[in-house]
Amino acid sequence: MYKISFPHMGKYHVPIKRLMETLVGEYGEVFAAPPITKRTIEVGTKHSPEFVCIPFKYNLGNFIESLDLGANVLFHTSGDCRMGFYNEVQEQILRDLGYEFKLCILETNARNRSLRDFHAMFKNLNPRLTYAKTISAILLAMRIIFAMDKIEKYVRENIGFESQAGELEKIENEFLRNVAKVKNFLGVGAVYRKYIKRLRAVKLSKPEKPIKVGVVGELYVLMEPFSNYFIEKELAKYGIQVTRFIDVSYLLFSPKHKIKNLLKESDGYVSYEIGADGTDSVAKCVYFAKNGYDGIIHLKPFGCTPEVNSIPIVQRVSEDYEIPVLYFSFDSQTSETGVKTRLEAFYDMLEMKRGTQ
Amino acid sequence: MKAYIGIDIGSISTKGVIIDGDANILAESYLWTEGDPIGAVKRVLKELEQKKPAGVQVKAVGTTGSARKLIGVVLGAQIVKNEITAHAVGTMSRVPDVRTILEIGGQDSKIILLKDGIVTDYAMNTICAAGTGSFLMSQAKRLGLAIEELGELALKSQSPTRIAARCTVFAESDLVHKAQIGHKKEDIVAGICNAVVNNYLNNVGKGKRVLAPAVFQGGVSKNVGVVRAFEQILGHKVYVDEFGHLMGCLGVAVLAKKSGKEADFDFGVQDISFVTRGRECERCPNNCEIISVYRGEELLDSWGNKCER
Repeated sequence: MYKISFPHMGKYHVPIKRLMETLVGEYGEVFAAPPITKRTIEVGTKHSPEFVCIPFKYNLGNFIESLDLGANVLFHTSGDCRMGFYNEVQEQILRDLGYEFKLCILETNARNRSLRDFHAMFKNLNPRLTYAKTISAILLAMRIIFAMDKIEKYVRENIGFESQAGELEKIENEFLRNVAKVKNFLGVGAVYRKYIKRLRAVKLSKPEKPIKVGVVGELYVLMEPFSNYFIEKELAKYGIQVTRFIDVSYLLFSPKHKIKNLLKESDGYVSYEIGADGTDSVAKCVYFAKNGYDGIIHLKPFGCTPEVNSIPIVQRVSEDYEIPVLYFSFDSQTSETGVKTRLEAFYDMLEMKRGTQ
Repeated sequence: MKAYIGIDIGSISTKGVIIDGDANILAESYLWTEGDPIGAVKRVLKELEQKKPAGVQVKAVGTTGSARKLIGVVLGAQIVKNEITAHAVGTMSRVPDVRTILEIGGQDSKIILLKDGIVTDYAMNTICAAGTGSFLMSQAKRLGLAIEELGELALKSQSPTRIAARCTVFAESDLVHKAQIGHKKEDIVAGICNAVVNNYLNNVGKGKRVLAPAVFQGGVSKNVGVVRAFEQILGHKVYVDEFGHLMGCLGVAVLAKKSGKEADFDFGVQDISFVTRGRECERCPNNCEIISVYRGEELLDSWGNKCER
């Protein structure tokens, strides 16, 4: 009997768990790693090389906590930067610690991923798996991801303005619980429509022109709120409308994420790809600058090379368009107070600017 | 006469001012925090009370600095503000056309850019304590000098020693090495001042344009050696206000006045005993550290929890 587990990133354990359960069938039991806590990052850091970036440490912590609960098959993804090599290092570290398990890699890069490899990987776990089933499971998971990203986007843009705090999040969580249980493709649409309607019915007190901030940067720290000290929630407390483009639907399936389009969007600031999400960060900063946003927040793990590449260019965008950019570098040692102090000052600055215009 | 108190509780020093309605300083206090923010604030209040002119009634209190939240609760402050905003507001009340604020404190440093009286950009050093006051302090000790002598001595130097500025660890070993091969003390001290400035401009300034008029403040601005190093490297004059070390508390006093909330402040708070208790929650593996503040036995406030429990 396989006991299958995988690391966390935001709320994506919902579709991933569903996908794997369908594919593995009666041959295995699927569970997401226990929710990330301080303990996760502590054990992750303890067994990681000191200078590796923070997603590595979170993933490793997740793996250890899953293995301690009896997992014997672990799933991980590939990556466009050095993250692509992480799974091999992590596998070795875990084996050195004495764990026994099988590691499977989900290829995420559009250039390398193939349906055949994906199917073969799961066929290995479930000999009765058919191609038809693989395809339908993938389509269902995609559909769930699209729906939850749309719901999350609505919540993100409005959570700072709810009349009664916590309402939107409560509905979103209920949506996630229900969307995990749908029978098929059509079910997702029905659940989505039901909950987006309920979300739209929540009373908001939104000013006509709220302060708008765009967030850009490395994908993991953008999408895993624990790793960025719940920065979007903090911004919402100040009544700031937050826009972020990067989510799983965008990264994996959006044509806008194609490098050709990103280079076009970055309007001459970059003329060739600068690695992983670096190009994306520049392109989106240009977008935010041109579209009347008040400020930009740039997030990266400490030592993230693609984002370090993007910073000088982002700085030029910031100077040319006179749009302030706040930079954060996250590591396991980052002080939460430091993050909060900078955010508070950033908000004060944006508000002061608004006040005089 | 109505007056307002601003208190800036930093990691190394605690500063306090009383201002009148036009942001004129009526009384000031500056002393070491010594790891006891509540005790330091009590001493600051005592000094302010003694220096305060007769007939002044304090109407509002503001706190800033790293212990702003704790002290804000203890004093029942009208406003609790981060040090970046406080410094900007304080400096603008004295130099309205300031474009750049350079600040080097005991444990952190900041740069704030302003235009037409608005903060347009800022940065704070993130991870490293290089190029801050505590670095200067430890190096002065190593050279057997008092921190106050450092600046004057640096001015005597004709050819400052080159000292690696990237990181305090490298700077320190470089400094030992240079001393042992016979560099003069004043040259080494001037070298340290240059290292602090270079480190600041590289790590905090990171390519931001330092436009004139620039104001230099924070504890390190008392060091004339560092001031000269700034002027040489930037190529324009750097102003140091005699009240430079008080800009944070001045700013938050101005903000307290602007908050519009008023209540008579009682200096008797110095005699009340405040206790803080820290514990780990232990209800989930996150183990949030909860800090609770008590006045006598009465719970004033607590924070640190991540969830609703």
